[in-house]
Amino acid sequence: MIKNVKRRRNLALTVTACLSVSVLALSGCAQASGSQPTAGGDTATKLSILVTTENTQVPAELKKLADKQCSTQSQSLPLSIEQAPSASIQEKIQLLAGQDALPVMFAAGNSYIDKGGDLQKNGQILDVEGTFKDLGILDQITPSALSTLKKLYTDTVPSLPFQYNIEGIWYNKKIFDANNIAVPTTWSELTAASEKLKKAGVTPITASGQTGWTISRWIGAYLFRSLGQNAMLDVKEGRAKLTDAKYVEAAKAIQDLAKAGYFPEGVSGIDYDTANNQFLSGQAAMMYMGSWLLAKVNDPAQNKIGDAAQFMPFPEVSGGKGKIDEYPANAGSPTSVNPKMYGPKVGDWIKCIATNYGADSLQNSGTFSGFKVNGTVDAVPPITADIQKRIDASTSSVLWFEALFNAKATQDAKDYAAAFLTGSTSAQDYMSLLQKDLDTAH
Amino acid sequence: MNSVLGNKKAIVVLLGPALLVFVGVMVIPVVWSFAYSLYTGNVIRGFTFVGFDNFVRLFNDDEAHEAFFFTLKYSVVVTAAQIVLGYALALLYVFVLKKSSTFVRTMVFFPVVLPTVAVSLLFSRFFQFAPQEGPINSLLKFLGADTIDFMATGPGSFLVLVLMDLWRSQGFYAVLLYAGLIDIPDEILDSARVDGAKGGKLLRHIILPMSLPVLLSSVVFSFNSSLKVFDSVLALTRGGPGNDTTPLNLFMYKTSFLYSDYGYGSTIAILITVLCLVVTLFIFRSSRRDLTKD
Repeated sequence: MIKNVKRRRNLALTVTACLSVSVLALSGCAQASGSQPTAGGDTATKLSILVTTENTQVPAELKKLADKQCSTQSQSLPLSIEQAPSASIQEKIQLLAGQDALPVMFAAGNSYIDKGGDLQKNGQILDVEGTFKDLGILDQITPSALSTLKKLYTDTVPSLPFQYNIEGIWYNKKIFDANNIAVPTTWSELTAASEKLKKAGVTPITASGQTGWTISRWIGAYLFRSLGQNAMLDVKEGRAKLTDAKYVEAAKAIQDLAKAGYFPEGVSGIDYDTANNQFLSGQAAMMYMGSWLLAKVNDPAQNKIGDAAQFMPFPEVSGGKGKIDEYPANAGSPTSVNPKMYGPKVGDWIKCIATNYGADSLQNSGTFSGFKVNGTVDAVPPITADIQKRIDASTSSVLWFEALFNAKATQDAKDYAAAFLTGSTSAQDYMSLLQKDLDTAH
Repeated sequence: MNSVLGNKKAIVVLLGPALLVFVGVMVIPVVWSFAYSLYTGNVIRGFTFVGFDNFVRLFNDDEAHEAFFFTLKYSVVVTAAQIVLGYALALLYVFVLKKSSTFVRTMVFFPVVLPTVAVSLLFSRFFQFAPQEGPINSLLKFLGADTIDFMATGPGSFLVLVLMDLWRSQGFYAVLLYAGLIDIPDEILDSARVDGAKGGKLLRHIILPMSLPVLLSSVVFSFNSSLKVFDSVLALTRGGPGNDTTPLNLFMYKTSFLYSDYGYGSTIAILITVLCLVVTLFIFRSSRRDLTKD
């Protein structure tokens, strides 16, 4: 009897130990890191693309290309687009990457595809610059887009530049003219204009508290004007901290705009589309946004103010090191290529996209991409031509507030933006929180 | 029966499949999660063993502490309100509406079957401040009071969240407690009435003690589901403003999937599991106390 009990106890202990050891071993070895990409063959049976649901422009353009200019490529490698909400796409990409099942192109977050990022380290990101060089099409990426990508991704090019955007302040010319306001070129002119508009009963500035970056980008833009184009790089590389007096001062300057009542009441409840609609229906005089708004500005169904929608650079800050023509620029939502799926057929597709996408995007939606515009584009809307001129005239660009942040700091910058603007979180606390995220990154 | 349970093969056949399923869906994931908590990393990067570092980090993490206390506050408020309101509704069904309670019961239960996202949209529109005022702010304005931007402040968001969860789950607890109340034999109630027990006295000395088991189950259900609140917070406030309405579950989700730190996320999951276990044991333990000995 005692023997039986002992035997049973031993058996139970052995089973428990085996289970624990195997679970620990399995979990520890769930993904061997650093696996190298295999040499490219034609492993892809379709040009599978995973982008966010919110990204309506790129899928639409690619479908048009598949039907027309890239129909030959589409016949040998059919286009297959999958979309997932931006709130959950990174989770999906992580799981697919863990199973080595990423599609040909995918929209992974900046921190994953940057040099030293998880996907980059794991050999799951194609070197776009090298590939374009091999294909003989490197000149199809505009120099400004290439420079922006390298600045963002530590001298690497892990993403296709489906878009090229500059950011600044959109303003309603009709409202400005009606109130005798000239386009502000300095911060004090901007605050004076806002005061004048407020007194005239116009909402000076709109933003979306639900989409926090429409607020946090104001801080970034101010910092680039006051501290120069290395303001955020200095933070990333530890030469400065967001809690330094000059950084907090920038945050305070933005908070002061809200304190003075220049943003709409209830800004924290306003979503992205509502903010855009407020500007495009003449309910607000200004809005910080990128050139991607052109798609809406050039659509009469969405733009109720017509030609009054104009674009200006973020004003200079007196005594600041930044220049007014240094626009924050980006190459749209990142779209990387899976090297394990790369082969001659995918290469053909990329060649076709690189040579046709730029002109097609400009023609169809009046928006810019980082690809060269080949051929002539008919009847470019005046506002699109104006922004094109600004991009061409700009000698250098800057990134944006969260561009060099890690995932947690990026998320917190957005999540706390509305609380910061309404004053529930002080400027000092907001910047301290973000600095803490950067310091304690795991 | 004795002969069946005395047969070891019969025990294996009867318990084996259920035990296998239990081990597969409960024990292994819990052990697996515990194993993850000893590592740092994610499925792309791979995992590095860090021992108990994640637990030390949890102990010193201000954000985790805030999420922990928010979870407790939310659970206590929601559980108390769910049980009190649920019990009041159940009493209404049994003793006031009696056999004609079916319609009211169905209407009160209806929100339980609605999707959380739809209910969240409904409530955010209901308490909306901008760009258009929702019905609540219109009512405040009509009454001459100041309008309130509920979702801009922590307390305002908390209030809307609690009201929404109460509206959404009230019908369930009312039906659960109703089932307990109709089980009280009529003879006992009648004899109590004959002895002069009415209203409050009847409730305190007869109905409440007789419905204690189902009341206790409701408390356990309610507290455990409140401790694990996730979908309603994500859909209504996304944990904001800032992290003012971030419970542990949402904090765990963000840590694991947005910040790609599965190890620390699993450590938070363990904290939630332990919390649920402690609360359940505490409720059961306090219910075992022999009231006649006081």
